[in-house]
Amino acid sequence: MKVEARLLIWLGVFIGIMGIVYGIWSKEWGGTAMLIGTAILGIFPGLYYRWWSKRMGDRPEDRDATMAEGAGRIDTFPGSSIWPFALGMGCWFLVLALVFGTWFVVIGLPLVIFAVSGATAESRRGGDASGH
Amino acid sequence: MVDTLQPTTEHAHDDGHDEHHGASGLLNWLTTTDHKIIGMNYTVTSVIMMLLGGAMAMLIRAQLTVPDGGLVSLAKYNELFTMHGSIMIYLFAGPFAFGGLANYMVPIQIGAPDMAFPRLNALSYWLYLTGSITMLLGFFTAGGAANFGWVGYAPLSNSLNAPGAGADLWVGALILTGFSAIFTGVNLVATIFYLRAPGMTMFRMPIFTWNMLVTGILILLAFPVLTAGLVMLYCDRHFGTHIYDANGGGSPVLWQHIFWFWGHPEVYILALPFFGMVTEIIPVFSKKPLFGYKGMVFATITIAALSTGVWAHHMFTTGVVLLPFFSFMTYLISIPTGMKFFNWIGSMWGGQVQFTSAMLFSIGFLLTFLIGGITGILLASPPLDFFTHDTYFVVAHFHSVVIALVIGAMAGIFYWYPKMTGRFLSERLGKIQFWLLFGGGLLFVMPGYLVGLRGMPRRMAVYIIDPTWQNLNIWSSVGGFLMGISMLIFAANALKTMKTPKTAGPNPWDGHTLEWFTTSPPPHHNFYSLPNIKSERPTWDYFHPDAPALTHDDHDPSHVPGAVKADAQ
Ligand code: HEM
Ligand SMILES: [Cu+2]
Repeated sequence: MKVEARLLIWLGVFIGIMGIVYGIWSKEWGGTAMLIGTAILGIFPGLYYRWWSKRMGDRPEDRDATMAEGAGRIDTFPGSSIWPFALGMGCWFLVLALVFGTWFVVIGLPLVIFAVSGATAESRRGGDASGH
Repeated sequence: MVDTLQPTTEHAHDDGHDEHHGASGLLNWLTTTDHKIIGMNYTVTSVIMMLLGGAMAMLIRAQLTVPDGGLVSLAKYNELFTMHGSIMIYLFAGPFAFGGLANYMVPIQIGAPDMAFPRLNALSYWLYLTGSITMLLGFFTAGGAANFGWVGYAPLSNSLNAPGAGADLWVGALILTGFSAIFTGVNLVATIFYLRAPGMTMFRMPIFTWNMLVTGILILLAFPVLTAGLVMLYCDRHFGTHIYDANGGGSPVLWQHIFWFWGHPEVYILALPFFGMVTEIIPVFSKKPLFGYKGMVFATITIAALSTGVWAHHMFTTGVVLLPFFSFMTYLISIPTGMKFFNWIGSMWGGQVQFTSAMLFSIGFLLTFLIGGITGILLASPPLDFFTHDTYFVVAHFHSVVIALVIGAMAGIFYWYPKMTGRFLSERLGKIQFWLLFGGGLLFVMPGYLVGLRGMPRRMAVYIIDPTWQNLNIWSSVGGFLMGISMLIFAANALKTMKTPKTAGPNPWDGHTLEWFTTSPPPHHNFYSLPNIKSERPTWDYFHPDAPALTHDDHDPSHVPGAVKADAQ
C-alpha cells in the first residue's frame, strides 16, 4: 500500500503547488479553487492509505510472494444482480424528468429507492441471489 | 458467494464450468455483474457509437465538398457537428477505453477474479447506455439535437439561444455518462489497489494497467468538475440563476474554465489507455521486453499531473487568461510524452518485429499521434494560436490525435480479440483496413492544416468560393470517406469471424502478461491457476524458464539482462 499512497500524495502535492503558483500569479480564483480542490482530492485519500499501509504492513501483493500466500477468500463477489439495472433505469427517469417534466419522477424516484434497498439487502445476505 | 484463488499449480477444470449459471439470455444480460460481459457490452456499444458518429462525419464531409453545399441546412449542420463531436468524445473514445477494454483486461492482468465492485460496474454500464440513448433522443425532438458545439459554451447554451429539449437532453446525457465514468474510475482504482494477486507489486503491473490506474485517478479528479458545471448550466437554463450569464452578473468565461478543467485532463483520460495498449503490443510483437518500464510509469504519472494545469490553453483568445503559465505548462507535457516515444522506439529497436495487424495499428498510432502532438505544441504558442484559433488548423490538429485513438483502438481490438472470443480476426482484412484508415486519416487531416492556415473557419456549413479551398476540402473529404470504408471493412471482419472455430488457444502471441495465462475466453472469475509473479512478464517467464531474467532494477547486478535467472521454476 506504500506505493499507492505515495502516488496519490505526490500527485496532490504537485497539483497543490501548481495551484498556489497559479493563484498568486493570476489572481483568477475559479481555476485556483479547482486546483486546490483537486490537490486535496489527491492528498486526503493518499494520507489515508499511508496510515493504512503503516497499520497493516506489506500485503502479499506488495512484495515477493507465492500464490499460496494469497490463497483463501479474497472477497465476496455477487454472481448476478438485477439491482444495478433497476437503479440505472431509475436514474435515467430522474434525468428525463429534467427534460420532459416532473411526472417522470413518479416512476424514477420509487425505482431508485427500491433498487438501493434491494441492493443493500442483497449485500447483507452476502451477495449472489441466483446461486452459483 | 465466496471465491477462492486457486494455488499456483496447474489445475485444469474442464471448460463449460461457466455455462451453468443463470436463466435465459436476456435476464442474464440484464443481471450480469461479470466484468468480462460488462466490458464486452461497453466495447460493442461504444463501437456502435463510433459508427454513428462516423456516419455523421461522412455527412459533414459530403457537405463540405462544395462551398455552398446544400446537402443539409445550416441549422442541421450545427446539430451534426455538435453531435458528431459529442458522440465521439463522450460516448465512444472514453467508454471504449475505460469501460470496454480496461474493464475486461485490468482485472485479468493483475490476477483478480473481477472488479472490486461488480454491481457498481454494472450500474456504470447502464448509466452509460441510458446516457447515450438520451443524447441521441435529441434528434427526435421538435427543436432538434444540441447545436452549440461539443463544448457547450455559454452563452450559446443558455435558454435563449438553445431553448429546445435537445440541449437539455445533451446536459442530462452528460450527467448520466459523467456519473458512469466516475463509478468506473472508482472501480479501476479500487481494483488495482486491492485485488492484485500475490507478488503483483505495483512495479510489476502491466503498463496498460498502470495507465488505467492513472486514468482512473484522473477521472476522479476531473469528471466531478464537469458534472458540477453541468448542474449549474441546468440551473441557469431553468431555475433563473445567472452563473454563466454576464447580464445577470455571472461569468461566461467561468463555464470555459470549468469545462476545460475537465476537458484537458479528459484529453489524457482518452489518450492514456491507448498509450497503454500500444505499450503492451509493441514489445510482444518485437519479441523483446519493454524498454524503460519505470520511465514509462513515471512519464504516465507526470503527464497526468501536468494535465491538470494546462486547461486554459484552449482559452488563449479569451484575453483573460495567464498566457505564459499555460503555455509553459503545455510545453512541459511534451517532455514525458517524448520520453514515451523514445521508449516505444527503443522497444522495437533490434527486436524481431512481426508486422501483425495489431502491430501495424500500433505503429500507425504512434505516427498519427506524433503529428497531432507536434501541431499541438505549435498551438501552445499564444501568437500562433491567435492566428489559427477556430480554423480548420485546430480541427486538423485534434483529429490527428483522435484518429490516432481510433487507430489505437483497432490495435487493442486486434490484439485482444483472440483473448475475448477465442477467435482471430482476419489478418488480411486487418491490413487492408489499416492502410485505408491510416492513409485516409492522413489524407483527411493534411488538407485541413493547409486550409486552416488559409483561414477557413470551423463549424461552418458553407465557405467562400475559392478553387484552392474547395480542392483542399475535396481531398479532405476523400480521406474521410476512405476512413469510412475502412470501418465497414472492420465491421465485415468482425461479423465474418464471429462463427469461425475457436483456434486461438490461451497464448497465441507469446504474450507477457497474465491475461495470456488463462483460457480464451477466460472462465468465470478468470483463472484456474496463476503462475508465480516475479517480474512484469509473469506469463512470459513461465513459458521461457531458461531465458535470462528481466527486471527494471538495473542497479542490482544479479538482475542485469544476461545474468542467469536466479530461481527459474
Ligand atoms: C472518419 C473520421 C472523422 C471525420 C471525417 C471527421 C470530420 C470532422 C469534421 C469535418 C469536423 C468539423 C466540423 C466543423 O467544424 O464544421 C469535425 C469536428 C469534430 N470531430 Fe470529427 N471526424 C472524424 C472522427 C472523429 C473522432 C474519432 C473524434 C473523437 C474521438 C472526433 C471528434 C470531433 C470533435 C470533438 C469535433 C468538434 C465538434 C465541434 O466543433 O463542436 N472526430 N469532425
Ligand atoms: Cu488541452
